[in-house]
Amino acid sequence: MTTTTTPPKDASEAPSAQRSTGALLIDMMRANMRQYGMLVALAFIVILFQIWTDGTLLLPSNVSNLIQQNGYILILAIGMMIVIIAGHIDLSVGSLVAFVGAMSAVMMVKHDMPWVLALVLSLLIGAVAGAWQGFFIAYVGIPSFIVTLAGMLLFRGLTQIVLEGQSLSPFPDGFQNIAKGFIPEMGPYTQYHNPTLVIGAATVAFLLFREWRHRKQQLAYDLDVTPTGLWVAKCVAMTAAVVAFTLTLASFHGVPVVLLIMCGLLITLGYVMRNAVIGRHVYALGGNKAAAKLSGVKDKRVTFLIFVNMGVLAALAGCVYAARLNAGTPQAGLNFELEAIAASFIGGASMSGGVGTVMGAVIGGLVLGVLNNGMSLVNIGTDYQQVIKGLVLLAAVGFDVWNKRKVGR
Amino acid sequence: MTRPVLEMRGITKTFPGVKALSDVHLTVRPGEIHAICGENGAGKSTLMKVLSGVHEHGSYEGEIRFEGESVAFKDIRASEKHGIVIIHQELALVPYLSIAENIFLGNEQAPRGLIDWNDTLRRASALLKRVGLRDKPSTPVADIGVGKQQLVEIAKALSKEVKLLILDEPTAALNDEDSAKLLELILELRAQGIASIIISHKLNEIRRIADSVTILRDGQTIETLTVRETPDSEPQLSEDRIIRGMVGRDLDHRFPDRTVYEGEDAGALALSVKGWTVRHPVDHQRTVVDDVSLTVRRGEIVGIAGLMGAGRTELAMSVFGRSYGQYVAGTVAVDGREVSTKTVPAAVDAGIAYVTEDRKQYGLNLIDNINRNISLASLPGMRRRGIAGLVDEHHERSVAERYRASMNIKAPTVFEQVGRLSGGNQQKVVLSKWIHADPEVLILDEPTRGIDVGAKYEIYTVIDRLAAQGKAVLFISSELPELLGMCDRIYTMAAGRLTGEVTRAEATQEVLMRHMTAHRS
Repeated sequence: MTTTTTPPKDASEAPSAQRSTGALLIDMMRANMRQYGMLVALAFIVILFQIWTDGTLLLPSNVSNLIQQNGYILILAIGMMIVIIAGHIDLSVGSLVAFVGAMSAVMMVKHDMPWVLALVLSLLIGAVAGAWQGFFIAYVGIPSFIVTLAGMLLFRGLTQIVLEGQSLSPFPDGFQNIAKGFIPEMGPYTQYHNPTLVIGAATVAFLLFREWRHRKQQLAYDLDVTPTGLWVAKCVAMTAAVVAFTLTLASFHGVPVVLLIMCGLLITLGYVMRNAVIGRHVYALGGNKAAAKLSGVKDKRVTFLIFVNMGVLAALAGCVYAARLNAGTPQAGLNFELEAIAASFIGGASMSGGVGTVMGAVIGGLVLGVLNNGMSLVNIGTDYQQVIKGLVLLAAVGFDVWNKRKVGR
Repeated sequence: MTRPVLEMRGITKTFPGVKALSDVHLTVRPGEIHAICGENGAGKSTLMKVLSGVHEHGSYEGEIRFEGESVAFKDIRASEKHGIVIIHQELALVPYLSIAENIFLGNEQAPRGLIDWNDTLRRASALLKRVGLRDKPSTPVADIGVGKQQLVEIAKALSKEVKLLILDEPTAALNDEDSAKLLELILELRAQGIASIIISHKLNEIRRIADSVTILRDGQTIETLTVRETPDSEPQLSEDRIIRGMVGRDLDHRFPDRTVYEGEDAGALALSVKGWTVRHPVDHQRTVVDDVSLTVRRGEIVGIAGLMGAGRTELAMSVFGRSYGQYVAGTVAVDGREVSTKTVPAAVDAGIAYVTEDRKQYGLNLIDNINRNISLASLPGMRRRGIAGLVDEHHERSVAERYRASMNIKAPTVFEQVGRLSGGNQQKVVLSKWIHADPEVLILDEPTRGIDVGAKYEIYTVIDRLAAQGKAVLFISSELPELLGMCDRIYTMAAGRLTGEVTRAEATQEVLMRHMTAHRS
């Protein structure tokens, strides 16, 4: 996961570089400075800890662990990024994670509900909670900071009420698999996990097909395209990254279920934000609300839907977290909202809205996740971990501010 | 003749790229009311900012003599120390503070660092009596109307022992009754020996109270005229005389030749607005647009002329999805069919587009690129494989590339951030956005504001091309020459009402200006 999106940073890889190749690269880099910068930083952090932990970090078992440890934060970060792009904030997600986890525990542990039904109902609860907050923010006009601050207290309180202050467990195995499971092994023994190899191959095929089609369409519309050499280099780099990652996972238990969920979200929501009308409207609202309204953007409906989406994602994260703990507890999800917000800002969001990508949120979340995991492996205490994460957040945003100022002049 | 209280000599003020004032002279005699007239952008406000120290000494050339002494103000406080107080068009009151607190804001009655509330209230009461305001000094400013707020501003000025009071468009936001009261007060202050400079577009008011008037045009002093010899005599200057001074410039802009639309439906009514009435969004007592009815035919460019505050933008924005004020009455028909314009999407669906006068605030997403700004109003139409709700980004980009070429938007790629473009190129992006939405009626609000002459010509060409394609164009502008150069017909507005309709053949700047300044009094 950590290296699947490595862009072709090295211009020397493109032997047939035309006159404009360098300029084009610089343009691309500049437009997404924070994201590319963070990708480089992520690679740097990974290498640093890989050396520091004598190779433990990238051991197949630890990579699996890393994914399962950070799945719920990444899910939250994806939703939070969209909220922040629209110029809002959501402080309630940590409490909502706890509340939904508690509700799922009540349904499955107390009432013996089938886990699939409980999962669906849990997501529905998340949607309703999101709609509740979205209603006050979009239609009543109360600032999101206030509404979700209220939600933070409200959902935390409700959690304690439904759990009566106790933890509830255990969950059925099927439910636990959401967080701890892997896709099942099939076929002959090959020393690798077979379905993972198939998925990896399919991913490579899909990515290459997409690149090829994208290029063909650009040519069909008579638009400028990336120079051929650079394009081939990009495809090779992408393929190499996916293959390496696939082999790592396949030599352990294979693809974790959480990873499938996350990739699903990343692809769907990334696509929506890039290619769907509503996604564009989110960017327009965050960039200039007045201008967006005067261009026919239904600002209230869009805002409402953003919070419904956040509610559903928080519920999903709540289920994953509860499944991982194998319990619904009153203290679940504490400070998750801050982790998700930090991930978004590290990944390229702006306080004033209008910029950022779903991929950026994942990169930001991974930076934090690798830091957490790596620092734990080398036995840095949680006290110092917090200090370091705080400094990383400050440095990431500070770098961006500094970079923008330099470019602006 | 007595020694003048204020003399400004040879004032020249340059902003980057623009000469706002050039060798301006202004002389105010003691205890007189001196009006300053000129079109929007003539340099009136800049001159007053120089006088009050907003533009500090050293940032302009020339000399200011006040009460015979040469003065050099480094900020507003310095000019206020000499007794020069300016009241801006946008009132500078804090709404949640009381009248008394506002009067002494920045000048608190606090002998030892602590506010003496008894003294503050006592003095405030005395000042309120002087301006004829009977509200309690403890009333929050938000609870009194705009007219009274204006009086509070004057009370604040009096608290600073004002010798020269500058009022920038003091009655622009007031109704007739409040205006009359305010003018009375200014006359009373004159009787107490306080000189005033009043900037106003309302020529009838100038005739009513001013002693002399200085006319500015294009940053230069044109002339100073005497309105009346003694304070009580009848005015001897006509409004027409003032108008001639204000507009007497040569046409220095060039316009493309108009292309005639020759489609089958040429001359058919494209837009017809009937009885449109809108109230102020906050102050519901005030009618901002009053019973306006107008029509635009296919292939026609129709202008709306009016001075600041006449209600032109308010009319346009409220017709476009009720984006301004509180709707009271009126109907809109496009191509003869009555349409709903209750929301912006409805107005867009009905075939109306509005290109705002304030492109940075209301027209563009400055942090996004040209590509996405152009597509924003027509995203639902750029379907990917025919699926509603998805955007075909290749189609989107080819559209943006097309406009970059046809509108001559000067940018290296369509992925350039709009915030980095020049004003003229930004305007072309906004126009592209709305042209691509393919409306039948385009309302253009000050489309050439703040852009250079070359880009203006390009914009005029685009407007002409639209009319030649059979679109109906409603062209709002404060620059009379461009209306005269581009429009088939011109409506004039003043104080929210239509005050005239002039054909291209009849239109001259004098005629328009007369209609634009026609106020009831």
